[in-house]
Amino acid sequence: MPNLRTIVDWLEHRTGLETAVKSFLYEDIPASSGWRQVFGSVALFSFMVQAVTGILLAFNYAPTPGDAWNSVRYIMTELTGGALIRGLHHWGASIMVVIVVLHMVQVFIWGAYKKPREATWLVGCVLLLITMAYGLTGYLLPWDNRAYWGTVVTTQIAALPPVVGPYVTRLMGVGAEGGVGVVTFSRFYALHVLLLPPLTIILVGVHIYLVRKHGVAPAPDDTAPRKKFFPEQVFKDTIAIFVVFCVLFALAVLARAPLGRLADPTDTAYIPRPEWYFLFLFQMLKLFEGPLELFGAVILPNLAILLLFMVPFIDRGKMLRFTQRPVAIGVVVLAALGWAGLTGAAIASTPKTVDIADDLSAPQTWQELAPEELAGIGYFRLESCGSCHPGGKAGAQGPDLTKGVKKTAAQLIEHFKQPARMVPGTTMPAVQLSNSQMNALAGFLLKLNEKNAEALQSAPQFAIDGAIVYQKNQCGVCHQVNNVGMKLGPSLNGLAQRREKQWVIDHFLDPAKLSPGTTMPPYKFSAKDMESVTSYLLGLPR
Amino acid sequence: MSEPKADRRTFFLSAIYGVWGVITAALAIPASAYLLFPPRVRKTADWVAAADVAQLKLKQPEEVVFRRNRVDGWKVTSEKASTWLVKMSDTEVVAFAPQCTHLGCAYHWEDKRDDFICPCHNSTFSLEGKVLTGPAPRALDRYQVRLESGKVMIGAVERSDA
Repeated sequence: MPNLRTIVDWLEHRTGLETAVKSFLYEDIPASSGWRQVFGSVALFSFMVQAVTGILLAFNYAPTPGDAWNSVRYIMTELTGGALIRGLHHWGASIMVVIVVLHMVQVFIWGAYKKPREATWLVGCVLLLITMAYGLTGYLLPWDNRAYWGTVVTTQIAALPPVVGPYVTRLMGVGAEGGVGVVTFSRFYALHVLLLPPLTIILVGVHIYLVRKHGVAPAPDDTAPRKKFFPEQVFKDTIAIFVVFCVLFALAVLARAPLGRLADPTDTAYIPRPEWYFLFLFQMLKLFEGPLELFGAVILPNLAILLLFMVPFIDRGKMLRFTQRPVAIGVVVLAALGWAGLTGAAIASTPKTVDIADDLSAPQTWQELAPEELAGIGYFRLESCGSCHPGGKAGAQGPDLTKGVKKTAAQLIEHFKQPARMVPGTTMPAVQLSNSQMNALAGFLLKLNEKNAEALQSAPQFAIDGAIVYQKNQCGVCHQVNNVGMKLGPSLNGLAQRREKQWVIDHFLDPAKLSPGTTMPPYKFSAKDMESVTSYLLGLPR
Repeated sequence: MSEPKADRRTFFLSAIYGVWGVITAALAIPASAYLLFPPRVRKTADWVAAADVAQLKLKQPEEVVFRRNRVDGWKVTSEKASTWLVKMSDTEVVAFAPQCTHLGCAYHWEDKRDDFICPCHNSTFSLEGKVLTGPAPRALDRYQVRLESGKVMIGAVERSDA
């Protein structure tokens, strides 16, 4: 039985692995190295977390609009640990930006970019830009409203500069009408998973090689004998990594990564906002209007980036202690203040998003619909009909359904089953619903008009789920809701005024016990169905 | 201070290994659950009407094609499926899944021989789905069946035991 030593020796003899690892770990570093040098390792670690979680997400992610949203929803709601993995990836992106910036600030304040370490700084600047590019491209991939509208703004900004603007937008896959669609999505996805990761790995490799070549920058008065990287500095790096990992893990567990509604290009009510680390750029645009917009949106940020690259060539003095670098500290403080001010202003000026339809005091449109029709809304949403038939908005792919549908229910159902047979050349996919579900959908579409169209958006999901349970179990065969259905049993309008929730639940389970002589059969709904159907019924108007 | 003392070194080493062990476990355990656990099912298979009981002849297997919705990951696809229906009596219909239990080939009913035969490796099955000859390891799998107002309703496939 070979022990570990013989295996290591065998490997060492064939590959030189042990020597390589040892020479990496036992590199000499200045005695003055310590906690302030941990940021580079932490940045590399946060990249590795993004790589691992990104690959895991890709195992269950469909990179096309529509499907993308569905698959992210699937990851978050149906896969064990899916919400955690996406949480780690989502919050990990923010953490990575923070760490990379902190790393840069540390190097800047201590002047560690000075000769001969200029190239290390330059590669680091490129890595910062790549980190930003990950954020920008990854933002689109969940394909919810936030993703879609955020990217619309980005592409509009990219179109601003004269001469190159149109080329940049074309590279981003933006169509002639300026829309963000399938092509942009594919480009962003390819950048995010195919181009940027190998580029990052290569540049991180070069960056680390350069750090090794020139050695860690010592403090100017450091004459003490040099120490080894391992184990003391590795220990410090490890502790820093652990702290950051704990913060990330807590965020991923406690703060659910957002997934909004499916991207809706016609949702004019949506207020697009970029990710928080881009908010300052977003806010800065508000300071520049008219012809100055180009300056604020394009010239100024590019000048800032150029300046960042030029830092080691502007400041060419000797290495000094950081307490002797008031200008550098001043620049960092000013930049931080400017950034915080702009970001704060952007957050302050963001209107609170209103949670729709939670106020049930006045009867709302959805409450006046029959259960079948409300269930129809559920199927409308389930099939994402709204992404092509948004109603009343220009530029939609499918016809406006709120203007009155000029077909019979039978024709509609035929059209759902085989769209191209009723409308030759249509790109509409076949509706994947059962016959009774299609009935409900067709019934709703026939009733749909401009007045009640807002129920499509505003009807709360519990009511729709409840209406679906109601429709599936054919409650309408005996009961009336909003004057639709038979009168064998009592009308269910105003149920909340007559009964408590627990009574309704008990009654479903054993009707004869609470209403002796009733002909209603017992219904043993699942817990979720029971919750939806009782909430729905108790939410009915009088 | 060129080389840390032995106990300091031991402390550093155990801290490094310990922390990396924790981080690895915190990522690897959820990742394994994510990859290996089946998704929490949203919908159980719908019951689909495949045929009229009256149209089936007693003990005469008939291949029937029906449409059903299949939940596949984040998608629900409407697809064609087929089954061999056998009316055992007026109150009992059996629906066999259409693949041979050996390697998944499509088998068919051979009227002359009075058994199901798989063309791949000549497995044969009786009217009840039992293995008669050939390499098939177990009886034909069956769909759940419910008879509702004269219709044969097909549910999920159940694996046969032997």
